[in-house]
Amino acid sequence: MTIAGSPAVSATAGRPMGGRRLPLDWIGTVPFLAYVAVFLFLPTAIVLGGSVFDVNGSLTLINFSHLSRVYIVKATIQTISLSAFTAVVGAILGALLAYAIAVGNPEGLLRRLTLSISGVLAQFGGVTLAFAFIATIGPAGFVYLWLAQHHADIYAGSIWLFELPGLALVYLYFQIPLMVLVFMPALDGIKPQWREATESLGGGTWHYWRYVAGPLLAPAFLGATLLLFANSFSAYATANALINQGQPVISQQINGALSGEVGSFEPGFAKAIAVEMVVIVTLVTVLYSLLQRRTSRWLQ
Amino acid sequence: MRIRNLTRHLGLAVVAAFVVAACGSSSSNNSATCSESTAKTATTASACGGIDALVVAAKAEGKLNIIATPPDWANYGEAINGFQSKYGITITSDNPNGSSQDEINAVTQLGTSSRAPDVLDMGKAVTLANLQLYAPYKVATWADILDSQKDPTGLWWQDYGGYMSIGYDSTKVPTITTLTDLLKPEFKGKVALNGNAKQANAALQGVMMANLAQGGTPDNISKGVDFFHQLKQAGNFSPVQATSATVANGTTPVVFDWDYLSASHGKDVPTWKIFEQSNAILGDYYQQAINKNAPHPAAARLWEEYLYSDTGQNDWLRGKARPVRMAAMIKSGTIDKTAAAALPAVNGTPVFLTDAQASAAKDYLVAHWDAAMS
Repeated sequence: MTIAGSPAVSATAGRPMGGRRLPLDWIGTVPFLAYVAVFLFLPTAIVLGGSVFDVNGSLTLINFSHLSRVYIVKATIQTISLSAFTAVVGAILGALLAYAIAVGNPEGLLRRLTLSISGVLAQFGGVTLAFAFIATIGPAGFVYLWLAQHHADIYAGSIWLFELPGLALVYLYFQIPLMVLVFMPALDGIKPQWREATESLGGGTWHYWRYVAGPLLAPAFLGATLLLFANSFSAYATANALINQGQPVISQQINGALSGEVGSFEPGFAKAIAVEMVVIVTLVTVLYSLLQRRTSRWLQ
Repeated sequence: MRIRNLTRHLGLAVVAAFVVAACGSSSSNNSATCSESTAKTATTASACGGIDALVVAAKAEGKLNIIATPPDWANYGEAINGFQSKYGITITSDNPNGSSQDEINAVTQLGTSSRAPDVLDMGKAVTLANLQLYAPYKVATWADILDSQKDPTGLWWQDYGGYMSIGYDSTKVPTITTLTDLLKPEFKGKVALNGNAKQANAALQGVMMANLAQGGTPDNISKGVDFFHQLKQAGNFSPVQATSATVANGTTPVVFDWDYLSASHGKDVPTWKIFEQSNAILGDYYQQAINKNAPHPAAARLWEEYLYSDTGQNDWLRGKARPVRMAAMIKSGTIDKTAAAALPAVNGTPVFLTDAQASAAKDYLVAHWDAAMS
């Protein structure tokens, strides 16, 4: 960031005062770097440091070997599948919704309404959201009871709201609006002239999407999908309120190792699980940037 | 000028500190007042100059920090209000829905800060695992507590307890007469525990109660886990944590919980009933302890004296919890007889888990619970 900033500043800093000075252009990044240090690097360092100690405070790698416990492996796989599913479905549905309002009137009521609602719903997670679902379509919820009276028992097989499909449904409730919010700017950047240019060159809808809009939107779409993945990967309170037993989500397993009253207290192990989560998100981010580098090279 | 003023103030402060310290050390001899340093190490009220001196010292501190004690839990609300109005000491109640481990985490993380909890109310496993964090103290009514219910040096002592029960809304499900009724189709998606069995003592004991009812022994909880697995397979077990809210709106009409907590659901659901199977009467008590770094050491000790007075014990009893001095108070006639008569009847021999049994149950649950739930 500093490196990128230097030439721009020195090029414009040709003031009559002249003379060599200490480069001060990095000062602008101090708040950002301080923020990142305190809220990203420090917690990561604490988690990393804590993960290599056992309860008695001696150095060990045992916490990481515990990650192979059956229930941790299972929770990891379940969380990755759940996050990937809600990210992809949320990204597709959110992108379609965003496109629908992007092609409409830019000052229209529908657009403003959808964007404000998305802004609220994207933040509407946690216990309140879970309880909203329990109270409406839960086994004692009024929507479910009404459906059941009208011969449409949605829980005839099992009460899937309290299983992974239920979690996916509830997660989508904040994933889709989030996608609308983060994908909207990219769609707004698409100019109608490009479409016209495609058509004047003899291209149809397919050509336009395949060779013009698609490649232009792909990096933004993938980036937004990654954000959605991380968003549901780190969700905790929503899952905990819906499925308290069995702790199917990996962030719940951290809680399981950290807090309790029956003596199952393994702080080092909890931090090892956190490290595992950091590694998974890092891997996905690296994959994303590799992919993006390819798509942007292709664009050049 | 400024600096000279400052040094003069400092000098005065030092002198004042000496005077206060001197008063403190002399007062412990004439037993009129109780200084902070004396209060910190006082193992009884008389070591602090008697109950009156303790009251004066506690009032001077003016505050008390408690943690993980919701007002509707064993009627803590009444005890808190009673203590505040009797002594004019403000109680700060932190993290009311926290677990026992959260209490210990607060003690270790807040250290000597003025926000650290003064007193603790914890499950047995956590209490025994952290003995180095407590200050020994014996309340005036110490002799009324059975030897098996207290630490001989006064590091911890039990406060109130009850029996594991199945509470249910009798309008939503048929009457329960035996544990295996819960496997019937009428109970689909309706049976819940109070917390995660790997973490919450109330949930662990719920599984243990099912274990005893299924013919298991306190040493091996596997039959209880098997029962909940069957419940899950039948589609009857709800993985939602039961709270007052889920009971009130009907999401969890059948809940394994302590009888004194279950009884409080009667306020929201008048048709709430409690079932205890006679071959599975499982009891448990909570433990009190004083933080050795308590920021308000005198108030902490006075709070314990209040809780273990007849008033404090009857407060818990009115919350349908069985106070630890109950037997002694029945003998002396100081018990709240109406409240005692309102307790759920117990028909059977109560079982209390030993530390080893509780620990074995915990280990088994950590290894097998998540698999049984999927």
